[in-house]
Amino acid sequence: MFSLDLQTVLPEVILAVYAMAALMAGVYTTKDKSAGILIWATAAMFALMAFLIATREGTDPAFFGSFIDDGFARFSKVTILLSAAVVLVMSQEYLARRNLLRFEYPVLVTLAVVGMMVMVSANDLMVLYMGIELQSLAMYVVASLRRDSEKSTEAGLKYFVLGALSSGLMLYGASLVYGFAGTTQFEGIFIATALEVPLGLLFGLVFLLVGFAFKVSAAPFHMWTPDVYEGAPTPVTAFMATAPKMAAIALFARVVFDGFGGVVGDWQQIVAFLSVVSVFWGGFAAIGQTNIKRIMAYSSIAHMGFALMGLASGTVFGVQAMLIYMAIYVTMNIGTFAFILSMERDGRPVTDINALHMYSRYAPMRALAMLVLLFSLAGVPPMVGFFGKLYVLRAAYEGGLTWLAILGVIASVIGAFYYLRIVYYMYFGEEREALDTGTSPLLWGVLMASAAVMVFGVINLFGIEPLAAAAAATLVN
Amino acid sequence: MGNLLSLTTFIPLLGAGILALFLRGDDHAAQRNAKWVALATTVFTFAVSLFILAGFDPAAPGFQFVEDRQWLLGMRYKIGVDGISLLFVMLTTFLMPLVIAACWDVTHRVKEYMIAFLVLETLMIGVFVALDLVLFYLFFEAGLIPMFLIIGIWGGKDRIYASFKFFLYTFLGSMLMLVAMVVMFAQAGTTDIPTLMAYNFSSETFPILGVQIVGGVQTLMWFAFFASFAVKMPMWPVHTWLPDAHVQAPTAGSVVLAAILLKMGGYGFLRFSLPMFPVASDIWAPLVLWLSAIAIVYTSLVALVQKDIKKLIAYSSVAHMGFVTAGIFALNQQGLDGAVFQMISHGFISGALFLGVGVIYDRMHTREIEAYGGLVNRMPAYAAVFLLFTMANVGLPGTSGFVGEFLTLMGMFQANTWVAFVATTGVIFSAGYALWLYRRVVMGDLIKESLKSITDMTAREKWIFAPLVVMTLLLGVYPSLVTDITGPSVARLVDQVEVAVAAHGTDSAIASAVAATPAQH
Repeated sequence: MFSLDLQTVLPEVILAVYAMAALMAGVYTTKDKSAGILIWATAAMFALMAFLIATREGTDPAFFGSFIDDGFARFSKVTILLSAAVVLVMSQEYLARRNLLRFEYPVLVTLAVVGMMVMVSANDLMVLYMGIELQSLAMYVVASLRRDSEKSTEAGLKYFVLGALSSGLMLYGASLVYGFAGTTQFEGIFIATALEVPLGLLFGLVFLLVGFAFKVSAAPFHMWTPDVYEGAPTPVTAFMATAPKMAAIALFARVVFDGFGGVVGDWQQIVAFLSVVSVFWGGFAAIGQTNIKRIMAYSSIAHMGFALMGLASGTVFGVQAMLIYMAIYVTMNIGTFAFILSMERDGRPVTDINALHMYSRYAPMRALAMLVLLFSLAGVPPMVGFFGKLYVLRAAYEGGLTWLAILGVIASVIGAFYYLRIVYYMYFGEEREALDTGTSPLLWGVLMASAAVMVFGVINLFGIEPLAAAAAATLVN
Repeated sequence: MGNLLSLTTFIPLLGAGILALFLRGDDHAAQRNAKWVALATTVFTFAVSLFILAGFDPAAPGFQFVEDRQWLLGMRYKIGVDGISLLFVMLTTFLMPLVIAACWDVTHRVKEYMIAFLVLETLMIGVFVALDLVLFYLFFEAGLIPMFLIIGIWGGKDRIYASFKFFLYTFLGSMLMLVAMVVMFAQAGTTDIPTLMAYNFSSETFPILGVQIVGGVQTLMWFAFFASFAVKMPMWPVHTWLPDAHVQAPTAGSVVLAAILLKMGGYGFLRFSLPMFPVASDIWAPLVLWLSAIAIVYTSLVALVQKDIKKLIAYSSVAHMGFVTAGIFALNQQGLDGAVFQMISHGFISGALFLGVGVIYDRMHTREIEAYGGLVNRMPAYAAVFLLFTMANVGLPGTSGFVGEFLTLMGMFQANTWVAFVATTGVIFSAGYALWLYRRVVMGDLIKESLKSITDMTAREKWIFAPLVVMTLLLGVYPSLVTDITGPSVARLVDQVEVAVAAHGTDSAIASAVAATPAQH
């Protein structure tokens, strides 16, 4: 029995052991000199685990049902692992040139990824909390990776304080849920809510949702996002914008569907509210920004709003829409951050979009790829970003939330403005001092690949649709 | 050749791909190559589209040259043409070589310019042939991207403002349409346009926040589509993006915008609003008729006082589109025939007028009416061509402009005499501003020093205008060329609307009779 359980959590165990071994190796041997190799090894490890997970089948609960490996978890984990691998590889050169490449970085990222994998597989509030904390603590440290920079340490501290606050809220919610449902397992909560929902349980649910909203950076609990995005070193920002978002929203879905799937009406309004505030705030607040990392922070808030729109529908199709949306979002963001990482002038990183004046003149291919990504982020067809919106809008309508769909599209027009503004600098601006163009071929490759996915995905979305459908079906039953 | 239509649609994209991937450098030779590749591509596209025209059978019902493949989420890659869409496809493929030829003197980022136009051509043809709701939306929206870049990169002084306004205005309109499409998709369970045309969306009145929505779901969706198409057309009062975009766009961009992109709105009304929401169309037709009448008179008056030639023609376009919308929502054979005819004819005429402005702009680099006068002395050929198109714009019998205006007015007269009355005054105003413009620019003595050395049209420019002159006169004296093709499709559309409205009418008559009965006691 126990060996079967271990088999279910094998990928997590392998990664955790790998992280420990890498830590030991780093400490006792060559220290930071081996960090470059370690990054590649870690990325390879992630890819291997993604492959291992993708080949699994069926639904396996483990440890008396507190941990579960099902289609939904696998879809999320593969997305998390692959995006983390790409982002790690992307960051190697950037960190190395700025003397930030410490061997702790890949180790901490690995631990964060283990945390995320536990989050999406959690079937019990305790396990869920464990996953969240493992992920968050690793992320706090990584955010302040550049420890002699005020901004970076400020980012780390802010992230930590607000993260701790949200963890506290979540724990309080969890304790209320435990008190009124008598169990921390999601199946038990589902049964406890079957007949009638005690008020205390409802309170617990609300606190839990607020905590999750912090983690997915949904407005009005998004305040930490722009500052942390701006302050953290860009590779770390790229990482924060991709894998943890996927994990947090998957966890969100897991709790509301597995735990509270019987009382959709009770949380639907809250999620719809979070969604609508996020899409609008993400759209409005970015208008005045000039720092591209802050813009991406607000952009991610708006995108989380759309992903939540899928969840708010409370249907299988809604979860499928959310998964597709997130997979597309992660791909777009990887490409965009590959571009941001390559924004340099005389070897120094630049984040002001002013610097992009007439970028298309001296780097036409990069500018074109970025153009594709920006229109995709804005949700303009034929870019794949549009299909993500189409899925969630349909889900919202079918979930009886037509008003949410209408408000969502209006907000996306507002959001289109700031993406267009970047296009404006790149294509319509005036001749100014140019950015460096000879940066890493690896970033170039990632940027081009991401843009190509956005264009050619129009043919069949690379077959992701049936996978997401199968994944969603295992969650909602 | 089972995929002739796909071929026509995607050849320009292929040309753009070749340009993007294989053409290097930005020297003179590379620029010339880019232009020749683009020209060859558009001419070839036109040649291929001629086979479609030749193989098309106007009498056969339904769509022809249909291609149907599996796509995502139950959506399909389905394309085909009927009598209405075929003409728009032909208009596009016919005009694009002329557009490319018209930007022969561009030297600023030529390769990108050509790529933008080729991509745009694919997207425009795609709009007209798409037989799947989402596929249509895809082409419809994607067209914004190249046009945004064309205005923004190659436009005039205030190009930034104009390009943003253009994009955000049209984007907002079509996002509401997207929501309506999602609703249709969910309700009918399909995105297939022919199926949706036959689908009966509920027109039962229901309340939202206490307000009774007459025409029910149909009305809501009709308005969502209306938001998009009215902006695209553009209809008064959401036309304000058009003068800005036109004035700032480069000549070729203006031609495409006026001649083809505006027609997407009208095409949308014919393809979606009328057949899919017939009851709502019937209920709200008076609104559109009056908006059109206001548009015709108001924009004609605004055109009178313009100082910028391009802006004047842009406002005249809005007025002419007023005839189109009024013709469509007259909901009878003459009105619809006239609307389609007017759109095709306006494609040639407004295209030619913008090209005409381009000719003198290239020489003098100003569009101020004040800066010109007496051009006839130095440019006789230009004066003749410009006269022909000015007259066509006014609607002189013998030109294609007359047929369109006459048919739409006839349709309007049957639907609503007062609207026809108001709209007819617009014809007089249009004669006013067009002839006055002509007088100020072309006639009189050549007294301005700067104009003394202006040269007449080059051979290239004459060749660009020649096909447009031929088409304008040909359609003017032999309109059946168009109406024979559109006639049967339009007749079916009118039938469909009438049947649906009649069915609804009996329902609601019974309903109101039932409602009225207790009140009488």
